[in-house]
Amino acid sequence: MAAQVELFLQTLISGFLLGGLYALIGLGMALIMGVMRIINLAHGDLMMVAMYVAYWLFTLFHIDPYLSVFVATPLLFFLGVGLQKFLINPVMKVESILPHNQVILTVGIGMVLTNLATVFFTSNYRSTPVSYASKAWYLTDFWKEAPIELSLSAPWSLSFLMAVIFTMALWFFLTRTDTGKSIRATAQDIDAAMLMGVNVGRMRVATFGIGAALVGGAGCLFIPIYYLYPTLGKQFTNIGFVITVLGGMGSTEGAIIGGLILGIFESMTATYLGMGWAPVGRFMIFVAALIFLPGGVASFLRKKRLGK
Amino acid sequence: MKKFLPLIILAILFILPLIGLSSYIMHILVLVIMWSIIGMAWNLLGGYCGQVSFGHAAFFGMGAYTAGLLYYHLGLSAWWGLLVCIPVLGVFSLVIGFICLRLRGPYFALATLALGEVLRVTAENLVKFTQGDLGILIKQRTWIEKTWYFYVILLLAAGSFFLIKKVMESRLGYYFVAIREDQDAANSLGINTTLYKTIALCLSGVLTGVAGAFYMNYMGYIDPTTVFPLYDISIVTVMVVMVGGVATYWGPVIGALIMVFLAEVIRSVPKIGAAHQTLFGILLIFIIIFLPNGIVGDFRKMVGLFKPRGALK
Repeated sequence: MAAQVELFLQTLISGFLLGGLYALIGLGMALIMGVMRIINLAHGDLMMVAMYVAYWLFTLFHIDPYLSVFVATPLLFFLGVGLQKFLINPVMKVESILPHNQVILTVGIGMVLTNLATVFFTSNYRSTPVSYASKAWYLTDFWKEAPIELSLSAPWSLSFLMAVIFTMALWFFLTRTDTGKSIRATAQDIDAAMLMGVNVGRMRVATFGIGAALVGGAGCLFIPIYYLYPTLGKQFTNIGFVITVLGGMGSTEGAIIGGLILGIFESMTATYLGMGWAPVGRFMIFVAALIFLPGGVASFLRKKRLGK
Repeated sequence: MKKFLPLIILAILFILPLIGLSSYIMHILVLVIMWSIIGMAWNLLGGYCGQVSFGHAAFFGMGAYTAGLLYYHLGLSAWWGLLVCIPVLGVFSLVIGFICLRLRGPYFALATLALGEVLRVTAENLVKFTQGDLGILIKQRTWIEKTWYFYVILLLAAGSFFLIKKVMESRLGYYFVAIREDQDAANSLGINTTLYKTIALCLSGVLTGVAGAFYMNYMGYIDPTTVFPLYDISIVTVMVVMVGGVATYWGPVIGALIMVFLAEVIRSVPKIGAAHQTLFGILLIFIIIFLPNGIVGDFRKMVGLFKPRGALK
């Protein structure tokens, strides 16, 4: 019995830590979704680019992956700005039969990024073997007579902590600064924002940059605890949009909660069903969210707030 | 003349194998025709009905596995897959449509994207049922010559073409286009949008599944990564239609012709061959920005670009 409780709690902890990182991926996507009404299907591939930046910084200059956050995040910001300015914005003006042209465009971008990574860096699996990779804290270190044993891995906790800091910074940016408020206004109602003198075009560019920067940060936090290969982006794009749907399209609070739910659920499927089934679990959550909670967690929160 | 164009092209294709083409050329032709079926199926759903799918590999792979599993478990000829996959894919599309088509816009695109991945993972993990990554091998292929495969796929393609043409010229087709143009307006005119979107999805899924079942028979071997990949099938399907022309009868055919030949040419060039997806991606970006309605849809615009300035006046 104790062993089962232990397993369950351990799974819950690792799911929670994973969820914090997922939330960061989902946040960037939700932000882009909210402002531009498109899904960025190159999201995971942008993360892959950031991970390669962190990897090469570590391999060539021995810079700790957690420090390369400060390099990769600005870099990804400018990449995102460039993509939006020179590729996605021109497409928004083009008249066409299909309304989803921009989404298809992001698929094209993702395809190019993945393939270029494969050509230049080969499809080998890579990782950054940091010295503290296997360091962990144990429950019995603090509480000698604990009936069960739980552990907390150092890199995971550090990544989680950094993800929380990122989220706080984003929250501060969105609620306290002028640009942040303009972005939120654009997400709420583009026409009204435009009438209030918000430069919507610039906000779009800024949003895509910030979304890319967030997922770039997530990439740097993921690399010490994960491994890297060129096609990894696809998987994280899937994770990103499941979170976006689960959280409610374009809602940032929803994305955080959605990320945590997905992290815990995925951890549970991996423990009790097997690692290979995690994507199926993800899809089950996605379908369940579509059927039972089509507005996502955000609609739930809104209902509660109105009820008060 | 224009009315008989499909029949004339069909007749030309029918006598094409008689002039003794090499088996490599025949292989390419079979692939072109197979891809044009998949493109036509996607076009029915995406181009005419406006529901963009990023997961046609799911339907393709499902068809291929239906044929393969019939052979593997029941010992039937895999050709039965062509028939059996019609009800299987029909029910499968109904379920997917029931879940995803009640909601609008990007949900469906997302769901289909995930669907292909999920089916791949499922096929990899259900080792007892699908052989997992080992894949399914047909020990003895029906014909060694490509000619008969060519005729089979040609008939299937002709069938699909006329089916889609009939559908689009009927009341159903007008409903589809109405839904694409404005779903609210269509709804307020009394069109049951969910029902008609589901019908479009079923037709599209079944046609793609038939192409998949043919692929199983033709190639003789499938595994989860060859029939359920995102880029090599789902995205190429979208590209076939985007390049050829969205919501046109001939767009998918032209698109398939260009894409298959392009893939063969790029792959045969040393060094650049590995980067074929980059070139495809750049082509996709280029097409979306400059020819958003494809080669057939923007034909006039394209001709205008190449004409000398004076001629336009």
